[in-house]
Formats: sequence, C-alpha cells, structure tokens
Amino acid sequence: MTAAAMVKAENVHKSFGHVKVLKGIDLEVAPKDVFCLLGPSGSGKSTFLRCINHLENIDGGQLYVDGRLVGYRQHGDKLYELREREVAAHRRDIGMVFQRFNLFPHMTALENVMEAPVRVKKEPKAVVRERALKLLDRVGLADKANSYPAQLSGGQQQRVAIARALAMQPKLMLFDEPTSALDPELVGEVLDVMRDLAAEGMTMIVVTHEIGFAREVGDALVFMDDGVVVEAGPPREVLANPKQARTKAFLSKVL
Amino acid sequence: MVSQVHVPGGAVSPGHEPIKAIPVRHWGQWVSAAIVITIVGALAYSVGTNPNLQWSIVWQYLFDSTILRGMLVTIELTVLSMAIGIALGIVLAVMRLSTNPVLTTVSGAYLGFFRGTPVLVQIVLWFNLALIFPRIGFGSFSADTNSLITPFGAALLALALNEAAYMAEIVRGGIQSVDAGQPEAAHALGMPQSLTMRRIVLPQAMRVIVPPTGNEVITMLKTTSLVAVIGASELFTSAQTIGARNFTTFQMLIVASIWYLAMTTVLTYIQAHVERRFARGLTQQGGGLSLRRRILANLRPGRVSGGGR
Repeated sequence: MTAAAMVKAENVHKSFGHVKVLKGIDLEVAPKDVFCLLGPSGSGKSTFLRCINHLENIDGGQLYVDGRLVGYRQHGDKLYELREREVAAHRRDIGMVFQRFNLFPHMTALENVMEAPVRVKKEPKAVVRERALKLLDRVGLADKANSYPAQLSGGQQQRVAIARALAMQPKLMLFDEPTSALDPELVGEVLDVMRDLAAEGMTMIVVTHEIGFAREVGDALVFMDDGVVVEAGPPREVLANPKQARTKAFLSKVL
Repeated sequence: MVSQVHVPGGAVSPGHEPIKAIPVRHWGQWVSAAIVITIVGALAYSVGTNPNLQWSIVWQYLFDSTILRGMLVTIELTVLSMAIGIALGIVLAVMRLSTNPVLTTVSGAYLGFFRGTPVLVQIVLWFNLALIFPRIGFGSFSADTNSLITPFGAALLALALNEAAYMAEIVRGGIQSVDAGQPEAAHALGMPQSLTMRRIVLPQAMRVIVPPTGNEVITMLKTTSLVAVIGASELFTSAQTIGARNFTTFQMLIVASIWYLAMTTVLTYIQAHVERRFARGLTQQGGGLSLRRRILANLRPGRVSGGGR
C-alpha cells in the first residue's frame, strides 16, 4: 500500500507566523478512495488540503503525491526547492474545487473549462473543445456552455468548476468544502456530480461538513481538530461509534 | 395586540388609486437660477463687447495653420506618452507586486523619484541632459546629446516616464482589486505566474484600471502645455509664439483655451462612455461581454444599449 499511495503525509507541520495550524499529520490516501476530512473550522483540514497541491508550503515533514515529493526535489539527503514552473507542472495532475467556486468571471463556462488544457498543456483547441463540451454535459450543463458565471446559480457554477478541474485529466481531485457556500436546495446537484465521479474511480480528498455524503460515498474518514488527526477509520464506523470525546462532541453538534 | 397579516391566497389585488398630491414647490431654485443667469449674462456681455479683446483676431487665428500644427503635436505627445506610460506602468506594477526583492526595490525607487519631483522640473531636466552627458552611447557608437534629445524628444521622455509612475499605481490598484481566489484557481490548474497574470488577473483588473486611466489621458492632454518651457511647438507654444509676434497674447490664449476645451470635452465624452461600460462590472448579470466585444459594441453606429441594465 505504501508504495502505491496516491497521497502520503509524514509528520506534516505548518505554521502561519506563530500559529501552528498542522502539528504532525500522518496519513495515506489509497488510489480510487474517497477520503473525507471532517472537523471544526480552524482545525487545519483546509490548510492540509492546500498543502497537497502546494498552494501552501509545509514547514516540516514530507508530503508525497503519486510517489513524488511536493514542493521539493530530493538528491541524496539534500532537498532542493522547486522552481515556480516546476510547481505549476506538478499541479496539472491535481484538480481542485474551491468553496467559493473561483470561476473566471470574464470567460464563459466553456472558456473556463478550456483555458488550462489549451494554455497550459497546449492541446489542440478542437480536441479540448470536444472534451470540455462532454464534461459540461456530464455535470448536466451542456446548455450553459456559453453562459458567463454571473448568469449561473451557485450550484451550476460549482459544477462548471468541477468540469474545469476535470478537463486537465487529473489523477487526484481536492474538494475544499465544495457545498458550504451553496443555498441548501443547490447542495444536492453538486454532491450528485461528486458521487458520479467517485463511482468512476477518481481519487478524491474531500473537506466537507456533509456527513451524509461522507457516510454514503466515503471510503475513509479522518476527524481533525486543532492541527492533529483525532480519529480515523471507515466513515460508517467513525460516524456511528466515535471513540474520542472530541469526535463525539463535534458530531453531536452537526448531526 | 396581535400581529395580523392579510393573506390574499394567491389572488393579487385588482389595482389601486394613484396618489394625488401637490408636489413641494422649490421657489429657492427659481430665484437662485435667475441670479446666476443675470451674473453670467452681464459677464458674457462685458467680455463679448470689450473693444480691447478684438474677437475678430480670435476667429482669424482659430484655424491658423501654426495653431493646427501645434494641436497635432499636442495630440501626438498625449497619445505617445500615454502609450509608453501605460506599457511601462504595467511593467512597473507587476515588478512592484513580485516576490523578487530586486524588482520591488527598483520599481519602488522609480515611483519615488518620478512621483516625488514636479513634472515641470523633469521636463527641463531631460531637455538639459547635454549639460552633464554631452554625448550618449556605448563605446564607439555615440551621438551628440543635443541632436538626440530634441524639444519634442525631451518632452515625450519626461511626460511618458512621469506618467508611467502614476499608471503603475493605478495598475497596481487594479491588480490588487482582483479576488485572491482567482490567481489561486489559476495556479491550482497548473497555470504559471506569468500566464495567470496575463490571462486571468489583468483582464479582470481592467475594470478598475480603465476609468482612472481616462482621467490620466485628459490630465495628460493639459499637462503637455507645460512643455512650452522648452519650446516643443505644441498648441500652447504655438499660441504664445503667434501672440508674442503680433502683440495678441490674450487673443491667442483664448484660441488655445478654446481648443484645449474642445479636446477635453471630446475625451470626457468618450471616457464617460467607456467608464459606464466597465463600471457595469463583470460580476453582474449580462455584463460578461469580452473586452473586444464591448469595444466593438461601442464602435457600432446606432448602438442599442443591450445586454444588461
């Protein structure tokens, strides 16, 4: 399992100034798993997610994605910081979906989805266009290809954002509270898309408050608090029989 | 007391009587308007009928070839110095916001110097460059400074370099106004810094950059008159030259003023249009036209204001 882990964290530490946000995270995410991160706000789960694609750099420990060290290159026992372009190249294989969608407002849905494959991977426009239209169809927005983000609902925007990330054909998808900014009636349509994606075997790390989604779709669940992993295991077990007092206290508030 | 709500149950009330009331009378506005008209009228009469003013000379020189040529130079100076200023300003702004300490320091020093000294001093300084560097060049390739830096060249150099400093601050404000989630999303897609700036950040920053840039163009048009101190033969210089030759100083000042006013009026009109287009924002309904499409829509004759409120 160790050699084949999609994401492997060894004693990962991260501070913002004097505030220690991650205090030694150790975990492994198996390929094709839906790995859910749960925890109160400020517990470090989003920060950990952002470390995986190097939007934040870690201060201690090691983080591997698909066997490759994140942010550094190792020669013997020396670490070399990666150049900006190398970091960018690594990120191509990791899709990310944000809480606030972050679609590019000056581009249509289709242009949003096509931008990175065309500009970063330099794929032929016609090929990308076909794939982008298929992806939009897959998230149920074939008819919205020429709409601008401002003309779409939150749920539609988030589905475009998922299609945009998938257009790069990533090996791993990171979801940072993808439904937290949505009106309650729009949450379902985004979770449906994520459920389909999981069924197709995409490796997903999901920071979420959607307990139902974690229970139903998740293969593994981690409860984090105050920068450490408090409890981990199969979602059904952890959610039904939490062993730690902090997990119990948290679940009693959100369930 | 019990709160009560009438629930129509889906039936909308059939209509209502419009309110009939006598509007408030603003007598003060009528009185003040009469006073202002009287004063302006009296002023216009005394200027218009002043025999010392000789309006005929004003009309005679309004379309004089020297004046028109001067106007052309003014327009050239404005367009060229704004073009250089905007291009250099973008570079300086990106430098200022970079993580490279050398670039931020260089940009900061540039801004400090060019915003910290009067543009009039800078104009005279460039014009007198020959005093300290009689020849400019590298090794065997060199030329006489005075032949390189003509009055027009010195004026352009001074105005453009000065403008770049101000444009840099405008562009920086625009870049910083873009939501931090935008470059983050671009980075997460594997877009490197330069591509992110060009494709994602700058197009969105335009909304904030364009309106003040319109002001800069108008200010620049008027600032070009300062280069009269080095005789760059633009509008103000031309007017002064004619005035000194014919002893018609005041009439020529009026000629120059009329043209400056005409040009700034046209620019203000254009600016108002462009500003309205951009102020509508990219985040509002129907405002999501691309820059190119917006400009085309603006240029189309008989344009109907479509796609938005």
